[in-house]
Amino acid sequence: MLSIKNLHASVADKPILKGLTLEVPAGEVHAIMGPNGAGKSTLSYVLTGRQGYEVTEGSATLNGEDLLALEANERAAKGVFLSFQYPLEIPGVPALTFIRTAMNAQRKARGEEEIAAPAFLKLARETAASLKIDFEMLKRSLNVGFSGGEKKRMEIFQMAMLSPRFLILDETDSGLDIDALKIVSAGVNAMRSPERGMLVITHYQRLLDYIKPDRVHVLSAGRIVASGGPELAHELEAEGYDKYVQVAA
Amino acid sequence: MSLSTALKTGDVTLLPSRRDENWRWTDLRALIRDLPAGADAETVGYDGPFAALGGQERVWVNGHAGGDSQITVEAGDRVAVGFRFISTRPSGNASRVSVRVRPGGRLVLLESYEAAADGAIAAVDLDIEVQDGGRMERIVLAADQAQSITVSIAEVTLGAAAAYAQTLLTTGARRQRLETRVAHPGADASVRLDGAYLLADQRHADLTTIVTHGGVDGATSQLTKGVVRDQARGVFQGRIVVEPGADRTDARMGHHALILSDRAEVDAKPELLIFADDVQCAHGNTIGALDKEAIFYAMQRGMSVDQARAMLTTAFVGEVIDRIEDDGAREIARGWASRQLEGAGD
Repeated sequence: MLSIKNLHASVADKPILKGLTLEVPAGEVHAIMGPNGAGKSTLSYVLTGRQGYEVTEGSATLNGEDLLALEANERAAKGVFLSFQYPLEIPGVPALTFIRTAMNAQRKARGEEEIAAPAFLKLARETAASLKIDFEMLKRSLNVGFSGGEKKRMEIFQMAMLSPRFLILDETDSGLDIDALKIVSAGVNAMRSPERGMLVITHYQRLLDYIKPDRVHVLSAGRIVASGGPELAHELEAEGYDKYVQVAA
Repeated sequence: MSLSTALKTGDVTLLPSRRDENWRWTDLRALIRDLPAGADAETVGYDGPFAALGGQERVWVNGHAGGDSQITVEAGDRVAVGFRFISTRPSGNASRVSVRVRPGGRLVLLESYEAAADGAIAAVDLDIEVQDGGRMERIVLAADQAQSITVSIAEVTLGAAAAYAQTLLTTGARRQRLETRVAHPGADASVRLDGAYLLADQRHADLTTIVTHGGVDGATSQLTKGVVRDQARGVFQGRIVVEPGADRTDARMGHHALILSDRAEVDAKPELLIFADDVQCAHGNTIGALDKEAIFYAMQRGMSVDQARAMLTTAFVGEVIDRIEDDGAREIARGWASRQLEGAGD
């Protein structure tokens, strides 16, 4: 599924990722944990094609296709979805309009037909109900005036609507109270499937009590410095990142 | 000095120039060497932008009125009327019209500038009077040609408790000025003056407003937005004057522009001149580029960069369109604006 080999990337000529190698097979959920400044968000932006994140070496492929050669929207059409740490507010664009435009753009890029309005609304109503989102909220400008928890829920809503093949969750637990965390986690877990891979980026172990990873990786100073099973997350929670920071140095 | 006087006399020295502070960004004297002759009236066989709404319309072709040059809405009447100003030849022409809304009358004015021939020079003067308790909404679509020059000046006089609202939407011209002057009596009258300029290539549009609050208890609300790209130039001059004694005036002015290219330009001069003590006045003025993070966000969801930019600019202008009260006119304005912005992502 997702295969990253010896990835080096810089932001404003400053190297952030320094030889990152990672394999996430289809059907698995992998967690990336690490201290602040390790390169966690950089990894998510490099994989999704944000401007200003320059890959200087290495490769990243999804099902054998080179992601790094594609524009951000082409990667989205291939099924790469990033749940943002800080979702943007889009004044003047109702959430439903935004998602429908995105969905049809992806469909067009894949040579599929546009979704008809009734089918789209039916899907939106069902998905909103499953995530306990008030349907009226979807008629308002996307994320404008939403609380931190509502914005994260809206990310999961978009994810469920667009049904991507590979999910990247960047600090999805930040700003969530425990009830919102449960709803968001349930939404993510509902998307687990043998064909879909997930990369869960988080600073804290808490999220991983709800979204249980198959593998846990420690990212420090731009490289994966340790990998293990779910027990590694508990060990990090108890002992901190200190020893990995030293390894990387 | 005005374009209409210069056109009538053929004297280019009467054209406004940068020496008038009020015209410094829309200098006609330096631009126009010779004033073209007038042209005859012609029959126009196509519909204006508001045709779908039906109703009566008045047409001025090359400055010639197709009928009566004044319209009066009687007390208690509700009227919607279209005014179409059309230049079918690269001629010089001046039109004048007066509008009167009697006490309690209601008027929706659907005004369009339709330059069919490139290179026309047109002046339009409107005298508008909304008497006590009357209501008027004016929606203007200015679709000029690239080489045309248009100056439209509306003088608006209001009675007590009158309501006047307008929305000007324009794609500019070689030089274009849409000016509104309002004599605001206070007296529970309310004014809304909105506008949007959507400019590309080398087009120019100047939205100038002067509102003078002469009495107590008046309200003015203004929202102007602009999107400029290529080498286009947008001008916003908004002046609100609160005369001595015009207490409890509530006046708000906002002007916000997006500049989509390095060579585009926006000149803005918001002015609040307040000579009364007990007033609430505020203005906000911002000029910036599209939010790159928002573009990336939309692209991460699958939109192309062009689609993302067009969506964000359309939403930006949408705030002005949403304030149009007349449902039919609002949807026509929305469609028109989104067609103008389709290429904004290029």
